[in-house]
Amino acid sequence: MKLTVNGTERELEVSDDMPLLWALRDVLDVKGPKFGCGVAACGACTVLIDGEPVRSCSLPAVDVWGPVTTIEGIGEGETLHRVQQAWMEHQVPQCGYCQSGQILAAVALLETTPQPNDEDIDAAMTNLCRCGTYPKIRAAIKSAAKMEA
Amino acid sequence: MGIGKIARRTFLGVLAVGAGVTAFGYWQYRRPYDNPLDEGLGDGEATFNPFVKIASDGTMTVITPRAEMGQGVQTTLAALVAEELDVRLDQLTVEHGPPSAAYYNEAMLAEGAPFPMFEESFLAEFQRGAMTVVSKFLGLQVTGGSSSTIDAFGKMREAGCAARHALVAAAAERWGVDGATLQTGEGRVTNPSNGESLSYGDLAVAAASAEVPRDMVLRPRSDWKILGRPAERVDLHDKVTGGRIFGIDVELPDMLHATVRMSPRFGVGAETVDMTAALAMPSVRDVVPVDSTTGSGFAVIAETTWDAFKGAEALDIAWGQAPYPADDAAITAALETAIDQDPATALMDKGDASGAIDAAPAAEVLEARYQVPYLAHACMEPMNATARFRDGKLEIWTGTQAPGIVAIAAARQLGIETEDVTVNVTHLGGGFGRRGEIDYPVYAAEVAKHTGGRPVKVTWTREEDTRHDTYRPAALGQFRAKLREGAAAEAVEMKIAAPSIMKSVIARTFPDMSAMGPDKTLTDGAFNQPVMIENHLVSGHEADIAIPVGFWRSVGNSFNGFFHEGFMDEMAVASGVDPLEYRLAMMGDDPRLDPARGVLRKVAEMSDWGAAMPQGTGKGVAHVVSFGTWTAMVVQVDARGGDIVIEKVWCAADPGEVLDPRIFTDQISSAAIYGFSSAMGQELTFVEGEVQQGNFWDYSFMNGAQCPEFEVAFLETAKHMGGAGEVGTPPAIPALANAIYAATGERLREMPFTRKVTFANA
Repeated sequence: MKLTVNGTERELEVSDDMPLLWALRDVLDVKGPKFGCGVAACGACTVLIDGEPVRSCSLPAVDVWGPVTTIEGIGEGETLHRVQQAWMEHQVPQCGYCQSGQILAAVALLETTPQPNDEDIDAAMTNLCRCGTYPKIRAAIKSAAKMEA
Repeated sequence: MGIGKIARRTFLGVLAVGAGVTAFGYWQYRRPYDNPLDEGLGDGEATFNPFVKIASDGTMTVITPRAEMGQGVQTTLAALVAEELDVRLDQLTVEHGPPSAAYYNEAMLAEGAPFPMFEESFLAEFQRGAMTVVSKFLGLQVTGGSSSTIDAFGKMREAGCAARHALVAAAAERWGVDGATLQTGEGRVTNPSNGESLSYGDLAVAAASAEVPRDMVLRPRSDWKILGRPAERVDLHDKVTGGRIFGIDVELPDMLHATVRMSPRFGVGAETVDMTAALAMPSVRDVVPVDSTTGSGFAVIAETTWDAFKGAEALDIAWGQAPYPADDAAITAALETAIDQDPATALMDKGDASGAIDAAPAAEVLEARYQVPYLAHACMEPMNATARFRDGKLEIWTGTQAPGIVAIAAARQLGIETEDVTVNVTHLGGGFGRRGEIDYPVYAAEVAKHTGGRPVKVTWTREEDTRHDTYRPAALGQFRAKLREGAAAEAVEMKIAAPSIMKSVIARTFPDMSAMGPDKTLTDGAFNQPVMIENHLVSGHEADIAIPVGFWRSVGNSFNGFFHEGFMDEMAVASGVDPLEYRLAMMGDDPRLDPARGVLRKVAEMSDWGAAMPQGTGKGVAHVVSFGTWTAMVVQVDARGGDIVIEKVWCAADPGEVLDPRIFTDQISSAAIYGFSSAMGQELTFVEGEVQQGNFWDYSFMNGAQCPEFEVAFLETAKHMGGAGEVGTPPAIPALANAIYAATGERLREMPFTRKVTFANA
């Protein structure tokens, strides 16, 4: 089968039930999406498919319907995406394990809701963080919303 | 104050102290370890001590030999060196470095002896010193006990200082001038008289053999340029770009993938196994038995992690029967049995608390029973390790809080020498005490025996992770007090029963070593709190329940903080005294408790404590001193909608010295959220000896919509430096319980609180 990952078309052979997460991590060596729960509960594996946030641990790779963007694909060369810049500015990450997923969920939120309020953030940002970086995630999203897209 | 503070801490401390320890002799203790950086030094590279390496191309490497699990330790440890070396933090390359006895953690084991951290009698000081000697002999390179910064505070600044002096000496010799006339800054030595300047890289090789003065002096705090203010974390860029920094991201040529399926009943293995279906799967390469001191079961080796998961699920296994109280009722019964028996410890035993309470009229006596369940750590990154075993040598890649112990345990597992094991430490996707355990790297080592020299990454499923943790123990508390209307209690008796964490850890980690002395963790957070009353008993009762237990963020303080400060609130209410004032009254006038008074008064001011609040809302307060940091917290809740909303948290902490206020603040909120999460629904239940919960749908934690605002302030009056990573957890849980009581009148004596109340946005 073929998958477009971060703008590059990739050929791979996987079983029909292999989740996109493991196809990315173990077959294509794209390590940004993380394994947390395997049941779409935590969001550490979040990727964008056609710009929409998807929990890749629970979607078979063969069912992917569009180009896949992972954390590795949102910046432009050396320039970080504005959400990544805001994450740096607020020093959001602690252990960092969930942050690839958090950042992609925030990127998707700002695409649909450029100026999110607290309720919008609560509704969209359902990814879990065991270190409890939530207050800084909220602040960083608001900062990113103020930057030029 | 400031620079001369003695860095030390309260922590576990059950390992042998006293007789036998000093037998190794002072001389051997004083002998420094070899510098592990001497090995593998490249051309043009020079090392000055185990922490600093400088290359002639200008690369300056600092070894920060503690596990980075989110607490910012690598940033703060690097800042200690940078401050004295006279370089900017961003000029340094920061590496965890090799496991080595040179990186032992003396602060973690210091004060292992069972004394409150403010107790400074000769005996207490002597015992703490003895623990330091123990840790050096064992070479315990452990990250834990909120001890890293305390441990590093002296030695890593000294490392930077000594290297700077050597670089200056080399420049002075090259220029033929007096070193005292030279200046340093941003990685260069400059001669101000003629403007000449050389980079540290230019000087490194000559400096490595330069004579340094014996009387180097560390900079006073007033001269600090880096420490004492927020530093940019050294790991930020990797963590916002999906950097391949975690154990689970390790990729090696020709690597296989595997998972384990271990007995869900602890201490027993399989009675029968049918591997046919698993072995018939096209991508499954092998199914192998795994037996170790930590568990028994099987590993499935496959081409991908997903294929290994499927193979493990296809194994048909009948496990043996659980050799311990196998369900919740039996566990509670075992705790009740223990609490009625003689205590293992009575680390606070003053006056005659029991006698005073027995003799008191019933109207003056308050009694309460508290209970908490077993808890899993639930690190976001499930346990995993990668191993390669070839030509008799084992190499491991994993995120661990204890690389030296992992090397010992893996060598024991394979029957090889510890010297033949190399442990490469990655970043940790959460640790919280879980990654101080040996099980996941030992299983990877065992699996690597079966792959013909190919590396193999062994990744656990979330379910395996939840059901094979080293749990925060269940605990039971029975408390009585003789109260006085409008004043501090006359007598307090706290009996606490739980299985011993130290016995469990030592049995699986060092099976040949016997744990000696009392397990301080049993009553840690209850016996050593700022309470000075005439009659006071805090006894620890060891329950015999062979479910593996271990270090869970703040360890014994995680439940004793709740017990102590929940009951304190009940005593205050029953005595007709404001809960915050009541705590001050219970301290008497002992000046050693001034930091506790200071943080309570500060948090009262921050939170406008005592101001009238609308019906259905409320504030709760708690103070716990743990890991040397005096921490007071006020939580405000709103219960008017039926569900509890945690609105705001104020915290005032006194750790003596704050090296990075932003990182410390983040640790306070992180640890408080860790505590709130446990109160808001976490509970492991047992049926036939097996943990019933498996994944985040039945064992979850606080989400973003539930998270309150935080306001944190620091005082720096305490005499000793305290820890950062765990101290927010113990007061958070009782402050929440006390706030819910204030808002609703519901007194919460059992965790999780969801047995009695519900939380919004669950």
